[in-house]
Amino acid sequence: MKVADAVAPGLVGLAVLGGWEALVRHYAVPAYVLPGPVAIWQALLADWPLLAGSLLVTLRIALLALALAVSLGGLLAVLFAQSRWVERAFFPYAVVLQVTPIVAIAPLILIWVDDVTVSLLICAWIVAFFPVLSNTVLGLNSADRNHVELFRLYGASRWQTLWLLRLPGALPFFLAGLRVAGGLALIGAVVAEFVAGAGGTGSGLAFRILEAGYQLKIPRMFAALALISAAGIAIFAVLSLVQHLLLRRWHESALKPEG
Amino acid sequence: MHFPPPAPSPPLAPTTLVALDGVGKRFASGTQALAGVDLRIGEGEFLAILGPSGCGKSTLLRLIAGLAEPSEGVIRRAAARQVGFVFQDPTLLPWSDAITNVRLPLRLAGFEREEQEARAAQALAAVGLAGFERAYPRELSGGMRMRVSLARALVTRPSLLLMDEPFAALDELTRHRLNDDLLGLAAGSGMTVVFVTHSVFESVYLASRIIVMAARPGRIAAEMPVDAPGENGAPRPPGFRTSAEYAGLCREATEALEWAMTQ
Ligand SMILES: Nc1ncnc2c1ncn2[C@@H]1O[C@H](COP(=O)(O)OP(=O)(O)OP(=O)(O)O)[C@@H](O)[C@H]1O
Ligand SMILES: [Mg+2]
Repeated sequence: MKVADAVAPGLVGLAVLGGWEALVRHYAVPAYVLPGPVAIWQALLADWPLLAGSLLVTLRIALLALALAVSLGGLLAVLFAQSRWVERAFFPYAVVLQVTPIVAIAPLILIWVDDVTVSLLICAWIVAFFPVLSNTVLGLNSADRNHVELFRLYGASRWQTLWLLRLPGALPFFLAGLRVAGGLALIGAVVAEFVAGAGGTGSGLAFRILEAGYQLKIPRMFAALALISAAGIAIFAVLSLVQHLLLRRWHESALKPEG
Repeated sequence: MHFPPPAPSPPLAPTTLVALDGVGKRFASGTQALAGVDLRIGEGEFLAILGPSGCGKSTLLRLIAGLAEPSEGVIRRAAARQVGFVFQDPTLLPWSDAITNVRLPLRLAGFEREEQEARAAQALAAVGLAGFERAYPRELSGGMRMRVSLARALVTRPSLLLMDEPFAALDELTRHRLNDDLLGLAAGSGMTVVFVTHSVFESVYLASRIIVMAARPGRIAAEMPVDAPGENGAPRPPGFRTSAEYAGLCREATEALEWAMTQ
């Protein structure tokens, strides 16, 4: 079943790549306009040490930002769930942070924060934390009424209700937010690198794209782009797996239809 | 300003577990769900609350449980009293397996893990679910889930078990089996049961006394003792369900309910 599911998209991908290569060759398109997949692959192999180093830099920022988003977003969500008042007072500011485009804030952060890595981290965190926060708040507030009464009947403390009822109930919501946040953390890291990279300070994949663009090494540019996509897909796949493993025993979203 | 201390309410008769005097409940929406309810729940009783949908049965049960406060009247409860509550739905935690669901009340009360496990396993066995400790709610049938819910209510060894139409969603055979099991469990433990239902047949089969409620506002319209073999929680003898005596009692309860609905 799993293998068959991968066959169709695999075939489509191969056909597109094949058609791309054929067109580039047939019309003899120069590599500095549009390189074919083979040229990109060759650039990827040739520049692998350089690109792999940059991939690690970008991935490190994205994953750290994700970890921060999860811990701070989750913590804030728990705080918000403690009182409607706190939620009403602070949630709008989280929204403001979310709706302001990161490209517009990034230069400011780069000016204010001396350490480039830290400022990149902050940018990526700003984009990634909102889905975690808003989903977790929603999850914490959607505990079943009867469950809440059950806990009250047996004299549960606030802490017990949070730990045994609200947090497990919020888990599916949190994981859905996490999956979105994973992609956003990468986007945030790349966007911030672009902004920072113009000053020539970064060394992540976005910086490599800019650099290759100046040097007209277009195949390398595409290779870096492909690596960013691959990293995004990998993050999404890992988080989906985590979601599946944590929910498969009990949550509707993770249940397989009965054969 | 000084208020006089509230007059001490007269002590409960030693065999009374809960006493309601002139109890009414008005919701914030303005609905008068209950009015003027006087009720004594005695030790070891199996009390059925019978009434049409919307007459305030659940509200009354929640007041007895202490899950809501009356807006008029007083409710007095015997001091040493452990309450078990079975909701209309099983209300199991979907992320916990059966035994973890059953030991929840003990966990909340701070018992040792080993005692929780032992007593939960025992309660599961008592409702006929030995061997299903590690099953998740979604892996169980509707009847089995209700049994888990019953086990969870029994695990604290309550002196008062409150049940809100617990078997209404089950098929008839399962319901009959659970009725018999419930009677057996109640007889063995000496606990008091208050059982809400809208089924005349279920109330007569189970109860030693039936309270018939009328709607708008919800109130007690009639009361009927059930004089049947094995009363006071003991299991009914085999064949009781098809006996002429059962049919006669059901007719009597039906008439009481019909009369209440014209009130
Ligand atoms: N939280 C609430 N807020 C406002 N009105 C309520 C609330 N709960 C119940 N009511 C109203 O009180 C009345 C009695 O409700 P209750 O749930 O006690 O009825 P019931 O006898 O249990 O009905 P059923 O057999 O359908 O469960 C109804 O008119 C209902 O609309
Ligand atoms: Mg009800």
